[in-house]
Amino acid sequence: MKISRQLKTDIVGYTFIAPNLIGFLIFTLFPVAFSVVISFTDWDYTQGFNSMTFNWGKNFVEMWKDEWFVASLINTFYYSFAVVPATVFIALVLAVVIDKYVIGKTPVRLAMFMPYISNIVALSIVWVMMYSPYGPITQFVQSLGVENPPKWLGDFNWAMPAIIVMSIWAGVGYCIMIYTSAIQSLPTEQYEAAEIDGASEVQKFFKITIPMLSPTTFFLVITTFIASFQVFGQIMIMTRGGPGTSTSVLVHYVYTTAFSFYRMGYAAAISWILFIVLFIITIIQWQGQKKWVSYT
Amino acid sequence: MDTNQQILSKRGQPSRFPAMNRKKTKTITLKIIFTLLVGILAFTMIVPFLWMLSASFKISADVLKLPTDWIPNYLNLDNFKVVWNIGDSAPRDYHFALSFFNSLKVSTINMVFGVLTSSLAGYAFAKIRFRGANIVFLLYLSTMMIPSQVTLIPKFVLFDKLDMMGTHLTLILPGIVTITGTFLMRQFFMQIPNELIEAAHIDGAGEFRTWGQIVLPIAKPSMASLAMIVFLWSWNNYLDALVFLRDWRTYTIPVALNNFIDESITEYNLVMAASVSALFPVFIVFLVGQRFFVKGLTAGAVKG
Repeated sequence: MKISRQLKTDIVGYTFIAPNLIGFLIFTLFPVAFSVVISFTDWDYTQGFNSMTFNWGKNFVEMWKDEWFVASLINTFYYSFAVVPATVFIALVLAVVIDKYVIGKTPVRLAMFMPYISNIVALSIVWVMMYSPYGPITQFVQSLGVENPPKWLGDFNWAMPAIIVMSIWAGVGYCIMIYTSAIQSLPTEQYEAAEIDGASEVQKFFKITIPMLSPTTFFLVITTFIASFQVFGQIMIMTRGGPGTSTSVLVHYVYTTAFSFYRMGYAAAISWILFIVLFIITIIQWQGQKKWVSYT
Repeated sequence: MDTNQQILSKRGQPSRFPAMNRKKTKTITLKIIFTLLVGILAFTMIVPFLWMLSASFKISADVLKLPTDWIPNYLNLDNFKVVWNIGDSAPRDYHFALSFFNSLKVSTINMVFGVLTSSLAGYAFAKIRFRGANIVFLLYLSTMMIPSQVTLIPKFVLFDKLDMMGTHLTLILPGIVTITGTFLMRQFFMQIPNELIEAAHIDGAGEFRTWGQIVLPIAKPSMASLAMIVFLWSWNNYLDALVFLRDWRTYTIPVALNNFIDESITEYNLVMAASVSALFPVFIVFLVGQRFFVKGLTAGAVKG
């Protein structure tokens, strides 16, 4: 029997993707499907596999009465809506300014990029000390004449802003890198035309640069939003969600629910809320892009 | 100093148009002002690293002394000796050297296999017309949106059932398949002209030889970019290591550091020496391979 050519191609094709596909099926597709199942159960993992009992949608209903979950959801929004716009906007301004005016661009960009490639645990430990009563930030605020500076990470109202500042610092370098390579591929015609018309630099920035970079901005808003919604390392090291509920975020709550209390079903349900919220927000952003993103 | 001279010579050349001359002076003034401002900002941004470095050389008592000595007037290498356990100097079981080795091992394996599986599958998706290719690829893409935390609990159960808990396999097995990597490599292979591959086929090369001898050599820069990104992801992976690893023998750097602050919260100098030791190799790798790294990061981001 002769093997047809298409079948031969199929065999070769699947041989090529086999290692990849097998890994994908075992470590992505199966866990995703299994996670859906778990999220509809009550499952105390300390009681073993057999304690898994279906409670259908109960997890998804009960969670709205759980003040820790609600606080975590709100805090995750608070964190993301502060970090994403600030990071992207600061990066945009800095990328343009560095590209246009700064002498010694590479070392400056590298310095700003350093936090991005660093281990979040190491960074968080340093920032814990930066914020400590003996740290440089507290000293700096004191030198400005504030007699009783807040206890930053120990203060219910200041803990989240403190983590937000740290996260902007950690993420801005990546956005600068992406913007920089976008700026370098911008066409110059429009700038030359604006030059002849006598436009000021500020006008050029708002009327030409921002619109032309809008696809990049869109990409960065989407990706940094997805990343910031999954914030974990900073929270785990710097505050563990405290004080009170003030810095509890979704991933940290999933982590403690699953691996400190072993309530697997409930934790899985919360992780799906994380996905659903991300999905809805990405769809909204996708729809909204028509209004402000210009592809030329 | 080179740039300064350039500016001076530019300035020294009188322009025939006074208006342009004025504009040039204005630009140079702006450049100086912005360089200063951005320079100060960049310096502020590396202050945490300087603090880390300075504390790593101090003795314990001086770390939290006020006002902060940014440059300690002595060079104390004991912290590093303790962290790396040189001459059995570690007072307790720190094992940072072991964690460093573990991280290096896991990240290297992930990098090699991640790039290999991605370039194999990327090539197949881009150039081999097998049935079901589009459906499988679409399935890949559809899971890219799902955050990894969703699969954390099932993976934990899976590893527990397979008795792999606490071993490096928990980090290596999921790590050798990267959807993003497959996507990036596919995008790259799409750009390679079909004629090149057809020519190889006519010369009698099978798909594997075409892949290995014709296509991969062209793909080297893309593979280097991907390799650096996969290595960095793996090196910095915290949550998975925190959940799947159980004791100091298998700890990777992020969990080891985490453990450090649990055990020796007052000994900041040791923690800082450990942090410096954790960050330093990454900075070196990044500085050397900067070009590839940035290219890899921006590959998916910039249209074109």
